[in-house]
Amino acid sequence: MSKKVTFSIGGIHPDDNKISRNCAIEVLPLPGTMYVSMAQHLGAPAKPVVAVGDKVLTGQVIAEPGGFISAFVHSPASGTVKSIGPRKDLAGNPMTHIEIEVEGDEWVEGVDLSDTLVTEIPADSAAILDKIKSCGVVGLGGATFPTHVKLNPGPQARPECLILNGAECEPFLTSDYRILLEKTREIIVGAAIMQKVLGGIRTVIAIEENKPEAIKAVKAALAELPYDNITVLTMKKRYPQGGEKQLIDAVMKRQVKSGALPVSVGAVVQNVGTSLAVYEAVQKNKPLITNVLTVTGDCLPEEKQHNYLFRIGMPLSYIAEVAGGIPETAAKIVSGGPMMGKAVANADASTVKGSSSILYLSEAFTKRGEESACIRCGRCADACPMGLEPFLLRRLYNAGDLEALEENAVQDCIECGCCLYSCPANIPLLDNIRMAKGQVMAAIRSRAKK
Amino acid sequence: MNSTILWTILILAGLGLLLSVVLFVVAKKFKVEEDPRIDEVEKVMPGANCGGCGFAGCRAFAEAAVKAPDLDNNFCPVGGNAVMSKVAAILGYEIKEKAPQVAVVRCNGSCSNRPVVNVYDGARSCKVKAALYSGDTLCSYGCVGCGDCVAACAFGALSMNPETGLPEVDESRCTSCGACVKACPKSIIELRDKGPRGMREFVCCVNRDKGPAARKACAAACIGCGLCARTCTRGAIVIEDNVAYIDSAKCKLCRECEAVCPTGAIHGVNFPKELDKAAVKERIKNRATVNKEEQK
Repeated sequence: MSKKVTFSIGGIHPDDNKISRNCAIEVLPLPGTMYVSMAQHLGAPAKPVVAVGDKVLTGQVIAEPGGFISAFVHSPASGTVKSIGPRKDLAGNPMTHIEIEVEGDEWVEGVDLSDTLVTEIPADSAAILDKIKSCGVVGLGGATFPTHVKLNPGPQARPECLILNGAECEPFLTSDYRILLEKTREIIVGAAIMQKVLGGIRTVIAIEENKPEAIKAVKAALAELPYDNITVLTMKKRYPQGGEKQLIDAVMKRQVKSGALPVSVGAVVQNVGTSLAVYEAVQKNKPLITNVLTVTGDCLPEEKQHNYLFRIGMPLSYIAEVAGGIPETAAKIVSGGPMMGKAVANADASTVKGSSSILYLSEAFTKRGEESACIRCGRCADACPMGLEPFLLRRLYNAGDLEALEENAVQDCIECGCCLYSCPANIPLLDNIRMAKGQVMAAIRSRAKK
Repeated sequence: MNSTILWTILILAGLGLLLSVVLFVVAKKFKVEEDPRIDEVEKVMPGANCGGCGFAGCRAFAEAAVKAPDLDNNFCPVGGNAVMSKVAAILGYEIKEKAPQVAVVRCNGSCSNRPVVNVYDGARSCKVKAALYSGDTLCSYGCVGCGDCVAACAFGALSMNPETGLPEVDESRCTSCGACVKACPKSIIELRDKGPRGMREFVCCVNRDKGPAARKACAAACIGCGLCARTCTRGAIVIEDNVAYIDSAKCKLCRECEAVCPTGAIHGVNFPKELDKAAVKERIKNRATVNKEEQK
């Protein structure tokens, strides 16, 4: 048994609460109307290429990238485009959505919808990247960064290790765990495809120790499949292990410098979900319109928990209804993990490529305690996985000292929430640091322009 | 007498004498020649150091005003024309009189007008709240009610009204320094001309949603219907992005827009009499028939 690894500084150990771990993935039926957001990814929103009244097929391109860092968006069902216009997103802010009246599920030609595993990898790397781009694949680990950009780090870059992120360190979430169990081989083929594009480098599938069945399944599948240089690594359970820089530290024992990209230390990190999307795009010609989402929470009985294969554009309220309604004891609905996810201000918001959960949390779980004065215990500084001093950053923010904030590397904050979680005085550290980070990043950008 | 005490006194006195000579020499030798007018100007400034003029404080403003060739770009909003005429007299410049201004809160989304649809329990800061999401009502443009403007006001002119959940301006204290305008993440607060005897008309809403959506979110929202713009005979009202805006320079305070507004989004303040909506509407109607007859 090889030694379990983890990252070197900070981190916390919240209860993992993976209640829905034994719920197999179910396919959600299509709703009558779907609303596809143009902001499915990090970067510029996509631009619609269909008009009101157009007939669309499942998998047809309905929007094209709005910039270099942007992605294609495909229709999640076949039907008619009813309207194109602003609709409120998760946070209640208006965003352009394409409304599709669903008439059926007729796919565009050329998509392989069978379950047969295709293990032969295409020879041409450029063609693979093209395919990934045209299928609208984005990172499904949370940030939804366009995958084709990440897999093409430029001629100067020297990637040495591809890390497949199966940490799923956020409590409650089990979507990555389920696909690791149910789509093991597809994920490994996806990894092999990305490994080839990056020049056949060492590939590590990193999984936390609280998912032993997944580790076993991946090991068994690796023994059967004909790929070299892909290994499984067991990591200790610790939050935020799934953070890009923390994962690189855990796996490669290298630290990414402030402001640098992971590839500067030779690392490329991709989520296991992304790997599955890459497999489907390259081997099956299937665009990214589905993903797995967990419906869970501490106030939901175990039999009402689900892992769903959803399509983008399904309203959250529709999924909640199919899953059996919103429990009365839910004080807060969160989309994403309980640590980094966002509270849902608008339950009618649509799912996007990166949606990972609908979490019903009780008041005991979400209520913030009364704020009191900082007692200088230093727990936040101990917990920060980026080695920052949250208490100091908050004071500097309140004083409006942008220069000092930049000197103290506020821009390195990954917004994991460890400081807030560990603060005994319930000080809104992250809220303030996030604002400070925004201001400092804006100052850095305006300086770069000059 | 104890000689230790004597020596101590002597040494300290000697040291003091020596250092005072050093200080005197340094002060003479390295004296910075400063325009004496800077001190004079600073004396007449209000001394609030609020930064409303765009400089770090009253001293910085005085330095800038003395250096500048005229006073066109430097104006102390707190002191207003009275202080600026004193500054002009010291410097021998002419001033352009500015109409006195006051901060105006352009949101009428009180608890009764704007139903709350979710509960916010995060940090009590408008900036944090506005960055996280659209707010606890369906209106994503209106006041989020955490009081950043109240905290920013150095003159105590702003306070939160617990009944409406909105900030209120005490006009007698507002100096139009603009600190609240900068503090508001939703850009609701505007500095407007105070108007004759404080009378002014303004649109108390910044919601850019289309009519039905705006109306659903808030009973007192501007729905961009354009009735006010069509009624106004001075061309003072423009509708942009589904929200009306009154140009105070063109407005003659006839209050017709206020009378016709179907949602009550247009507010008139400090008028001596209450608005008689029926009478004003009658006046508009009569005018319209006269116009039609003339056209015939």
